Amino acid sequence: MTALDTARPASGGGKRRRPKGLTAHVILVVAVLVSVFPFAWTIIMATNTTQDIYKSPPKFTFGSHLLENIRHVLNTIDFFGSMLNTVMVATVTTVLVLFIDSLAAFTFAKFDFPGRKILFGTLLLFMMLPLQLAILPQFILMSKIGWVGMLKALALPSLANAFGIFWLHQYIQNGVPDELLDAARIDGAGFFRQYWNIALPMIRPALSFLAIYAFVNCWNDYIWPLVVLTDPGHVTLQVELAQLNVGHTTDYSMVMAGVLMAALPLVIVFSIFARGFIAGATEGAVQGT
Amino acid sequence: MTSPPVTGPAAVPTHRGGPGPARFRPRRTTPAGAARPKRRGPLAYWRQYLAISPFYLIFAAFSFFPVFYSLYLAFQRWDGLGSMQFVGLQQFRFLWDDPVFWLSIRNTLVIWVLSTVPTLFGALTLATLLHSVRRFKGFYRIALYVPNVTSIVAVAIFFGAVFSNNFGLVNAILGMVGISPVPWLSNPWLIKVVISLLMTWQWTGYNMIIYLAGLQAIPGSIYEAAKMDGAGPIRTFFQITIPIMRPIILFTVIISTINGLQSFSEPQVLFASNAANANLGGPGQAGLTTLLYFYQSAFLNNDYGYGAAIVWAFFVLIIILVAVNWRLTTRGRKA
Repeated sequence: MTALDTARPASGGGKRRRPKGLTAHVILVVAVLVSVFPFAWTIIMATNTTQDIYKSPPKFTFGSHLLENIRHVLNTIDFFGSMLNTVMVATVTTVLVLFIDSLAAFTFAKFDFPGRKILFGTLLLFMMLPLQLAILPQFILMSKIGWVGMLKALALPSLANAFGIFWLHQYIQNGVPDELLDAARIDGAGFFRQYWNIALPMIRPALSFLAIYAFVNCWNDYIWPLVVLTDPGHVTLQVELAQLNVGHTTDYSMVMAGVLMAALPLVIVFSIFARGFIAGATEGAVQGT
Repeated sequence: MTSPPVTGPAAVPTHRGGPGPARFRPRRTTPAGAARPKRRGPLAYWRQYLAISPFYLIFAAFSFFPVFYSLYLAFQRWDGLGSMQFVGLQQFRFLWDDPVFWLSIRNTLVIWVLSTVPTLFGALTLATLLHSVRRFKGFYRIALYVPNVTSIVAVAIFFGAVFSNNFGLVNAILGMVGISPVPWLSNPWLIKVVISLLMTWQWTGYNMIIYLAGLQAIPGSIYEAAKMDGAGPIRTFFQITIPIMRPIILFTVIISTINGLQSFSEPQVLFASNAANANLGGPGQAGLTTLLYFYQSAFLNNDYGYGAAIVWAFFVLIIILVAVNWRLTTRGRKA
């Protein structure tokens, strides 16, 4: 169990450990290869023709048919239309979630008011419930108010992001000193000013983490758009992608080009912000060392 | 999707220079507002209520009310159009005798075990390794986390292509070394293996990040002390690392239970192209998870009452499993 040998902190003496460090790197590199392999293989499939993929053995190198496959995708599904839908819903949802959640989290973290415990407890409880318990009544509700098939029906339920409040609440409790708020209060800052001018700037790392989290979730959401966007010509990217797969199994390279086009933007965006995102998620723990 | 956050209880950020990770923090002090006593009725707090009202209005309409309404629906017969008819426990009685429901439960449990166990062990191993190395840490973290931000639909299509019985990469490679094609997507067990592999691929990096956060929170001085007492690395790992990490491991086990039991998109996308079997979870319904069955009953067959009964029965199952896991993970912690 070489893994265990290295459990000691890196600071625990450097000599004589080189081989062990090497083992760790080798295993990690293998893991990285496993985790990025699907992207590479998707690109290979998307750049070749279906015949090349179906050959035995298949072609293992990049081909030159990417543009052709992309053109097929664009001719088959409304790629950009559905992508626009996804981008719009994800953006609006993210912005609103940030505002709604930070305001509520700030209130819960820094103020006491009657019913505070019960309200927050309910929130925590529902955070643990599987979303699917609510999905059927949500759909019924949407059809009652005539929103089925509309993008606003897609966004609305996800605005109540209980996790976001929980997360920001923890952050604000420790990250925004009471003294600062007291000082602001003495200077005459009202409730909203304390939130907007003091708390918000101080919790920016947590907000950016939540923004990525909410955006990614919204972008990748599948079951709710599948249920609520009943009009086939008016869906999100994920639903459109799944339909592409259903209708055109014979044209693998085209489907894989679609997969690539749908997955890559988010992966790229994530890779750009990843440092901050992962650091944001681990920040608190790092403090302890 | 409520795919869980990339944080454990211990990963919650504290203030720069703050009192350390959440687990070691003393109980929080009273909120700043409490420092101002002599307040009257609830009306005096209208600002606070106003501030939390956007969330709670949406929450009430789309979470709180629906959860109870679906329980109510489970006692009705309704197709969404006609009038509702109260049928008492009939839906649940039907559920009890429904072999497809039990099949879906079995499928869900098998997929859950096959994916969660390797995911968590793999994540803990990788986190330990990652914690031990000094170089390329940032790169490893990002590269290993990327699967988690990839859409399930894209991943499922990819896995479907790679494990395709006739033209998949896996069978092609097996063929090159002289092994005859394996029916990945038609054998009941292999179907579950493929779905589990997919989930393992997607969730290992996520759990690794959580474990890593926990490992980094363990003060180095503890290890120094253990070393001075002559404890070897393996002993240190099992007697220091694991016990300290227990709350985090518990967190990941629970999140994985809630998450892993909710597999829906994976089999739905994997087998949707199977025209004759659309939404039924593939050949022999071997990939039919409980949520997929719920989706089929409620949204394809418009049997709202039955769908609600399935999802509530499923919820009870989750609670039981979370409770069992809780017991298993917290047992013997006095040691």
